Amino acid sequence: MILLFYIAAAVAVIATVAVILQTNIVHALIYLILSLLAVAVCFYVLGAPFAAVLEAIVYAGAIMVLFLFVIMMLNMGQRSLDEERSWMGPKVWIVPAILASALLAQLLTVLTQFESELRLTTVDVMHVSALLFGPYVFAVELASILLLAGLVSAYHLAKK
Amino acid sequence: MQSIPIEHGLILAGILFVLGLIGVLTRRNIVFVLMSLEIMINASGLAFIVAASRWEHADGQIMFLMILTLAAAEVAVGLGLIIQMYRRYHTVDINVLSQMKG
Repeated sequence: MILLFYIAAAVAVIATVAVILQTNIVHALIYLILSLLAVAVCFYVLGAPFAAVLEAIVYAGAIMVLFLFVIMMLNMGQRSLDEERSWMGPKVWIVPAILASALLAQLLTVLTQFESELRLTTVDVMHVSALLFGPYVFAVELASILLLAGLVSAYHLAKK
Repeated sequence: MQSIPIEHGLILAGILFVLGLIGVLTRRNIVFVLMSLEIMINASGLAFIVAASRWEHADGQIMFLMILTLAAAEVAVGLGLIIQMYRRYHTVDINVLSQMKG
């Protein structure tokens, strides 16, 4: 189980690096799906099977298919590939990479001070849904209103 | 009982978040920027799941559900904006947007 976590973590990091280095947008999207599925495996190992299933269905399924639809609608061909290559010079990467690695170094120094073990006990769907329809029912209603607002505004924005 | 040090899970979340940040800062194609934002949101969700696993509570998973809802709504609105932008300017270059007025 522990080995599974580290393999999935490595796959997630490598696939994410491939996403931000890729010039072909469809390939980048497929790498992103791979990364999300690897994170879903991490969720499963960490004892959150419900979150893992949702990650695979909603994130890697629904949201990424939405991206794919839009990429097909935009219909960017060889022209965009060349354009993308011309935007990806090595000069572009220097400042963001320095800033981001400084941030990561800070994060790592803070995180290595924790001395705590994750025991891999499963918190199953029943507990999650009991909380979801008990104390958190108001948050669920607000989430449904948020989704409705997203639906209406996406319809309005994409209209001609 | 098998166990993983908590910092390994949080470090994974941090690395994914920083990679998403690099993507947001470097890419000029707006679809890539939106994808990098997805990576960052997903990394914060991973941090919540790690915390839920530490205290063996379901509350972190509920927070992850809320983040998932937020990401879905954000992607719907963002993709609608991208379609509208492509119709108007026939490009996905975000530098074009700096010439907007008003």
